[in-house]
Amino acid sequence: MALKPVSAKQALFRHTVLFLASIVMLYPLLWMVMSSFKPDSMIFSDPMALPTSINFDNYVNGWSALAYSFTTFYKNSFIIAISAVIGNLMACSLTAFAFARLEFRGRKFWFAMMMGTLMLPYHVTLVPQYVLFLKLGWVNTFLPLIVPKFMAVDAFFIFLMVQFFRGIPREIDEAATMDGCGPWRIYWRIMLPLSTPVLATAAIFSFIWTYDDFLGPLIYLNEMKSYTVPLALRAFIDSSGGESLYGAMFAMSTLSLLPVLIVFLAFQKLLIRGVAMGALKR
Amino acid sequence: MTEVSNTEGGPRNALAVPAVRTPMTPLRRAFLRNAPGYMFLMPWLLGFFLLTLGPALASLYLSFTRYDLLTPPVWTGLNNYDYAFNSDRRLGNAMRVTFTYVLWSVPLKLAVALGLAIILDKSVRGVSFYRATFYLPSLLGASVAIAVLWRQIFGVDGLVNTLLLLTTGWQGPSWVTHPKYSLITLIVLAIWQFGSPMIIFLAGLRQVPQDLYEAASMDGAGAWRQFYKITLPMLAPVVFFNLVFQTIEAFKAFTQAYIVSGGQGGPIDSTLFYSLYLYNEAFANLRMGYASALAWILLVIIGFFTAIAFASSKYWVHYEDEGR
Repeated sequence: MALKPVSAKQALFRHTVLFLASIVMLYPLLWMVMSSFKPDSMIFSDPMALPTSINFDNYVNGWSALAYSFTTFYKNSFIIAISAVIGNLMACSLTAFAFARLEFRGRKFWFAMMMGTLMLPYHVTLVPQYVLFLKLGWVNTFLPLIVPKFMAVDAFFIFLMVQFFRGIPREIDEAATMDGCGPWRIYWRIMLPLSTPVLATAAIFSFIWTYDDFLGPLIYLNEMKSYTVPLALRAFIDSSGGESLYGAMFAMSTLSLLPVLIVFLAFQKLLIRGVAMGALKR
Repeated sequence: MTEVSNTEGGPRNALAVPAVRTPMTPLRRAFLRNAPGYMFLMPWLLGFFLLTLGPALASLYLSFTRYDLLTPPVWTGLNNYDYAFNSDRRLGNAMRVTFTYVLWSVPLKLAVALGLAIILDKSVRGVSFYRATFYLPSLLGASVAIAVLWRQIFGVDGLVNTLLLLTTGWQGPSWVTHPKYSLITLIVLAIWQFGSPMIIFLAGLRQVPQDLYEAASMDGAGAWRQFYKITLPMLAPVVFFNLVFQTIEAFKAFTQAYIVSGGQGGPIDSTLFYSLYLYNEAFANLRMGYASALAWILLVIIGFFTAIAFASSKYWVHYEDEGR
């Protein structure tokens, strides 16, 4: 990349800045992991020290510290997040295919509407959606968190997919049309197989965002047996109010980040490209 | 009406079908042409009407009513808006807190993001490691776990105070529970998540033609001058995108304030973000009508800022393909 030779002094300066910045970025996370292995008494009395031994007590205690164990919370979180991934992939790719490839009246109009919903803050639909789901008897079920994904409410993914579909050469589906393929087969047999990068990006982001979502579960899930992991962590703070359960809280916080961390390590390149792509191809 | 059918093994190509018996009516032709598009669009259309447009209009209506969820909404005209603008002191405070947060966190976050993107763009070794490291907090930052961690880091005997005590010998306050400092901890948390705009800046920098810099240094332009005259103007579209996007996100911030403040925006409303206030009005106090009015006020505020950004952009954002 760099074409002109960089002086050694400049290079040193850059690497020092980058190195210090990464410490600032990572230290809080490392501190949390370290604290999760320490007994409560040591976390604040000696916060900088390394744990004297790898001790999983906090994890064991934290796992069942609430009325339901974290087995339940993880199960709930995964059911919701995986359903959301499936819903988003199906509904958003159908929509994106229509916008990118099919000719129909009003396409431009609906596309503009879709882009408009990108800018709409969630607050504006919050109360009536709640009333709707309450009337349907869906409060305290996972349905309000899952069903909307099957209706492609996350316009960001539609946008991402439209961008990608438009980049696939039209000759491919024109040839398929000549061979007698209908739109459905073109979508299913040609577009989707060619679009695995964008589908993977959408799947990963939709998993992470749903898994991390706090407001949705906070509003719709009021019984502890249907809590997701973030709600359980919140309950932790409330119940531990007294200063006794810090180690367990750090342990469960660390654990709750693990799925996202694994996804990040496995799909780093895809994620980073996804972030860059969302912005630049406009 | 008989269909023009060609099922007996002939070519399916429409041109090969002799247009004999019934010509298609225009209506039918229009239907056939548009049907596939709308079939594919159906899930989104349902969602758009049932979950977006419908609720948005409903909340506009509710914003003119008093509605506690238990009894039907009562029309109160402009009462909610009158109360919001003229009497609600907590709202005034929430606005102040939110604007302070937006005006500090967005520029600082973008400045850090741009600075590190420029350094990364020039470095050869370890770019992908640093890029991943800087991006990680953006990915994790929205989670409750990080907010929980933040409460401890900025607690009275948390990590920050321990470091301060070690390096300066000064015992810091309990940052999260002090009304003067609690908002700062949230701004720091936002800046810590500079990774995703940084990646977007980095992608933008990669598209700046290198020969511009060569020509500039040939003409004796220093690093600052190159930054002002080449990097910034060439990056303007990306800066614009990040600015609009991050501003909207900052206005919508909820989770971190909820967790750090214990759900109430405390201490003494110093972290009462707009979204948090709205949530509490709707779901803790069951003032659904007033919360709807708050939602529409927020929509107008965000719309106003976005409009300013777009209107001003023609003076400072120039896209390369404009042929200037």
